[in-house]
Amino acid sequence: MQKLNDIEDINKEKYDFVTKIKPAYQTGKGINRELIEEISRVKKEPEWMKNIRLKALEIFLSKPIPTWGPDISEINFDEITYYIKPEDRKANDWNEVPDEIKNTFEKLGVPEMERKYLAGSVAQLESEGVYSKIKKQWADKGVVFMDMDSALQQYPEIIKEHFGKIVPPSDNKFAALNTAVWSGGSFLYIPKGVKMELPVQAYFRMNGEMEGQFERTLIIAEEGASVHYIEGCTAPTYSKYSLHAAVVEVYAKKDSKVRYTSVQNWSDNIINLPTKRAWVEENAKMEWVQGSLGSKITMTYPSSILRGEWASTSNLNVALATGNVWKDNGAKVIHAAPNTSSKVVAKSISGQGGMSVYRGLLRINKGAYNSKASVQCDALILDDHSKSNTYPHNEILDESASFSHEASVGKISEEQVNYLMSRGIREEDARSLIVLGFLDDVLKEIPLEYSLEFNKLIKLEMSKMGAVG
Amino acid sequence: MAENYLEIKNLNVEINGKEILKDVSIKVKSGEIHALMGPNGTGKSTLAHSVMGNPRYKIKGGEIFLNGKKMNDLQIHERAREGIFLAFQEPVSVQGLRFINYLRTAYTSLHPEEKLEYKKFLDEVKELLNFFGLDNSFIDRGLNDGLSGGEKKRMEALQMLILKPKFIILDEIDSGLDVDALRIVSKAIQKAKENGAGIIIITHYQRILDYIKPDFVHVLIDGKIAESGKGDLAKIIEERGYEYYKGEINAKIE
Repeated sequence: MQKLNDIEDINKEKYDFVTKIKPAYQTGKGINRELIEEISRVKKEPEWMKNIRLKALEIFLSKPIPTWGPDISEINFDEITYYIKPEDRKANDWNEVPDEIKNTFEKLGVPEMERKYLAGSVAQLESEGVYSKIKKQWADKGVVFMDMDSALQQYPEIIKEHFGKIVPPSDNKFAALNTAVWSGGSFLYIPKGVKMELPVQAYFRMNGEMEGQFERTLIIAEEGASVHYIEGCTAPTYSKYSLHAAVVEVYAKKDSKVRYTSVQNWSDNIINLPTKRAWVEENAKMEWVQGSLGSKITMTYPSSILRGEWASTSNLNVALATGNVWKDNGAKVIHAAPNTSSKVVAKSISGQGGMSVYRGLLRINKGAYNSKASVQCDALILDDHSKSNTYPHNEILDESASFSHEASVGKISEEQVNYLMSRGIREEDARSLIVLGFLDDVLKEIPLEYSLEFNKLIKLEMSKMGAVG
Repeated sequence: MAENYLEIKNLNVEINGKEILKDVSIKVKSGEIHALMGPNGTGKSTLAHSVMGNPRYKIKGGEIFLNGKKMNDLQIHERAREGIFLAFQEPVSVQGLRFINYLRTAYTSLHPEEKLEYKKFLDEVKELLNFFGLDNSFIDRGLNDGLSGGEKKRMEALQMLILKPKFIILDEIDSGLDVDALRIVSKAIQKAKENGAGIIIITHYQRILDYIKPDFVHVLIDGKIAESGKGDLAKIIEERGYEYYKGEINAKIE
């Protein structure tokens, strides 16, 4: 039992705390035209951005709540606070960040990660970036990494050219909502030919309940550039929900390589509905790596549109659905050019009544000849109360394409557990090892700090299960 | 190593309500090799799994002692920590669980008092892989994943050596091994004996006993020990065949 407590301490105490701050600015609850104008005014935005927002608001109001996945009808858009600005200043040095906020990110290990292995870092609390930094050697090469609001002020032309093109507000209700009320997020620009050996990270922290976080991320990798972008997300636990609805747009230009790793460990009152999409041009490579640890409900289907010949994409996805949780994860790939290739690997674990769903769309357009695609989804179900479903939708419209789809649903076999126990390993540790083995081919793609987090969480879940069963 | 003993005393075991073992008694001391022989389906594997503690096998009577400590109520991993090791007839595979990670976890679970030096441990594993004619790629492969029958058996034998158990039960370690592999595995068993382990070799055939001389031989027929004797009994069994014992038992019942 001592061990169980130790693990619990690590996980709960690390994320489950509230930062005591008096926000510098905060809007009232509910969404309407006045709110949008207020946000735009507070941010001193150009008129064109305000117009984009207002148009998106109309689209948002006109679209119904989707009913094809988990039940998200509890979201009451009139109760949510859409914009909370924690602090007036934006810092480029942790020493300039107010103590309470700095302590928050220190507890989360953000400055430490930056020191150890990042080329740059953006930290967001509530609706605004409070800190951003790109190390000098990369800044000197023209790399830009900062919060999206600052980017709009400093690089309005680039933003105007790229914003909302890949994910238009008409895409879905929550993309429209994000476009209307977006705040924060990150802007990453890598000039032609610049290969970043170290990753950059954006960390998103929510602090309250009945609030929304609507960050907007834009990544532009110019020709031949390469980058690894990491996204981390956490929040303290509340009894009422909060809404997280981000939009991410990635331009992977000719010969570029972009890896987007997302590890979300939201608390279990968060409804997480991001829209993430990339345009992948000739011979470029887009890799989505997703670790979905937390949240109450998640619906996320990172998409790659393979627009240029020889473009490729991979989508590696791990979802953990334990407890009163619905994970609706998947991938969307459109092969829109010849000789393109894609690979989707989705692994899920459901336990203690959790529901995990793989939902995917794979389309190979007519004329995208010699394209290759594979989809593999494996589910591990830990007990009889939990479920897993797979909804793959495949449209192979070109005859020369090659496509494979594999799916499996399994349980931990008692023979495996007995075998490991016969080597002195305790039952719950044996189960953890089997689960981690099941996840290994995706986990090894996740940065060490985060995969260790996964390890701890899986062990915690297994010890909980041991305690009840 | 101090002298240890594993005592199986009047063991009665059931699976799904069916009686498999009847009053089986065997006592093994450190450094001894016992061969447990018998035809298929006679309860040899049941004995192995019962001693290891698989809950599917219900002990209805009798005891298992290790150095006088009763094992009956201990879980599998606790028995392993007392020093019992079972080389499985059909080792399961665990995809994605890297062999070296598994082995390290096993070792530190079995020997918590030792501070494991990873580099040294790894070198030892590599040396043993080489001894068994397996290449270093096995270190990072998923546990038994995609291995041939013979490779799995050699990996079981490797674990037998590296995990340093006090008592080893080899459940048909010889099946699926070619002559060369059999020779290497026999050498490994000899090594384990020299390290002071007590060993039970469960086998259907005489074949492995051409390479390794048992100190004692037991014949298990229909869940009962039909005969126990010194090592030379193995030869006699080979000449007689198991049919001889079937007749004996039937005669006794009549």
